Amino acid sequence: MSVLRALVSARTWLAFVHLIAGFGVGLVTFTVILTGLATGIALIPVFLAGVPVLAGTLWACLWMGRAERGRFALLLGTDIPAAPLPGAGSWLRRILAPLTSAAAWRDALYGLIRFPLSTLQFVLVTVVWSTGLALITAPAYVWALPGGGAHIAGHLIRYPGARTAAVLAGLVLLLVSPALTRGMAAVDAAVARGLLGSGREELTARIGELETSRAKVMDAAEMERMRIERDLHDGAQQRLVSLAMELGRAKAKFGTDPEAAAEIVSQAHEQAKEALAELRNLVRGVHPPVLSDRGLDAALSGLAALSPVPVTVSVELPARPPAAIEAIAYFVVAEALTNIAKHAHAHHARILVVGVGDQLSVEITDDGAGGADPAGQGLSGLAARVAGVDGQFRVTSPAGGPTTLEVTLPCGS
Amino acid sequence: MRVVIAEDSVLLREGLTRLLAEAGHDVVAAASEAEEFLRQVGEHQPDVVVVDVRMPPTFTDEGLRAALVVRSTWPAVGVLVLSQYVEERYATELLSDRPQGVGYLLKDRVADLTEFLDALDRVAAQGSALDPEVVAQLLARSRHPLAALTPRELDVLGLMAEGLSNAAIAAELVVSDGAVEKHINNIFAKLGLAPADRDHRRVLAVLRYLGADGA
Repeated sequence: MSVLRALVSARTWLAFVHLIAGFGVGLVTFTVILTGLATGIALIPVFLAGVPVLAGTLWACLWMGRAERGRFALLLGTDIPAAPLPGAGSWLRRILAPLTSAAAWRDALYGLIRFPLSTLQFVLVTVVWSTGLALITAPAYVWALPGGGAHIAGHLIRYPGARTAAVLAGLVLLLVSPALTRGMAAVDAAVARGLLGSGREELTARIGELETSRAKVMDAAEMERMRIERDLHDGAQQRLVSLAMELGRAKAKFGTDPEAAAEIVSQAHEQAKEALAELRNLVRGVHPPVLSDRGLDAALSGLAALSPVPVTVSVELPARPPAAIEAIAYFVVAEALTNIAKHAHAHHARILVVGVGDQLSVEITDDGAGGADPAGQGLSGLAARVAGVDGQFRVTSPAGGPTTLEVTLPCGS
Repeated sequence: MRVVIAEDSVLLREGLTRLLAEAGHDVVAAASEAEEFLRQVGEHQPDVVVVDVRMPPTFTDEGLRAALVVRSTWPAVGVLVLSQYVEERYATELLSDRPQGVGYLLKDRVADLTEFLDALDRVAAQGSALDPEVVAQLLARSRHPLAALTPRELDVLGLMAEGLSNAAIAAELVVSDGAVEKHINNIFAKLGLAPADRDHRRVLAVLRYLGADGA
């Protein structure tokens, strides 16, 4: 019974569609990759004109590889995890990144092999299924054939019992066809897993990346702690010391010179209020309580009001991101606004926070002088914090402005 | 004036009690957490309450929520919320149904005794008192263009939002009452609001305009 059930099972027919479609896919990938690689290699002597062509072809391979992973997941239920897309640093390095990415070259190899492999599969699948169907239905049309029988290898087959034999052979063929189809799909999936699956070198590279970003995050956290210590030491702590000193002076003067004592107390009063404001602003720059209570949108109001440069804030978040992501996004805006106030000579700044899918994007633009140095302490610390959660970080700051800081943070688990 | 205090820090609770008693007010009860506070307000029906935002058990916004309960249950009781930090979002929540009998100030402001006691009086008399810092946040997050206003008109708008009367605004900006009146009429005209006669009404209008009602 299970043999009959295989004939109508969705798995069989999805595998069938997969194998048939593979032929078209293979034709496209083979043509694109072969043309691209051949043109690219041929053009290399011409002032390296082939390099961008090769890079473009490999980008196409990476995307076709991703589409293929989708096809395998959809039709065969085979999940093949993709390595992260290559690229970091300047735009030029990002564009050329696939040239040195093993994953891109493996995707290219896969795209080339896809064509011969799929052609073979296509032929086998169509021959097996159509022969089975042709044989089983032979009694219905055999009378119409020239001579009243089938010609096989130049001989007319007309002996008695041939019809029964044909029907039986067709039946057997049709019953084994599903297993054959699924088997071929399984082989195809194994080949794809072998070529498209993340290789060892990707894992090694990823581990290296994680080690670097972890070290950077720890450095950034250490720097941040030192900064807070310094701010406390230079600011509020000094004010409180001086406040205690002033009050001591006032205490000593109360008996002899109450007027001078009153003057000192009123100065001490001012200093106490300044110390409070300083502590409040310090906390505001790190992690204000409202961020946990009401989220990013509410917390950014405080930063916007504190900024000496007028700021427009717009936040569109369908749901609250995880707390760690909110904290980093907040920290990014706080640092960016501090930088703008200190260096940008800007008249206006704009903060745009948008949540799309499982990504949170933060964009801070100012109309200042530009020329911000991404390697500077503030920006590199920010980049490390963002890299620590696998986010993307980009600064565009041509001389003369405007400066744009773009950060994308993943919000998924 | 009869006052109930809700503040979990012993130091500040006792300090406030002392300060208010010295100013001639009657602190009828002082609570250290929200439930006790609500019970005391129900029992004493004070003129005004002074509430801290962060209180046990979670130290997030218990005080704010208790303040909202007081405002909806006993509308005649003035509510002055004090906090280490002021947030535009909390102000919006406090003011959302009506801007009368409510105040929201930084704890620092208590240090300026006269102004603090003035604010407390205004709140008890169903006026309003918003911290300048929270007004700055409301202006920074205003969903409407305020570009049409002159810098002086923006100053006046900010002071109006803090809850000051015309005379107080005139004193603050060192101009005549007539000049303030003129600025306010210009603001109403530019914002397309009908002139209103009561102080708290125009605060309502201004805050509405700034988007503080969450609309």
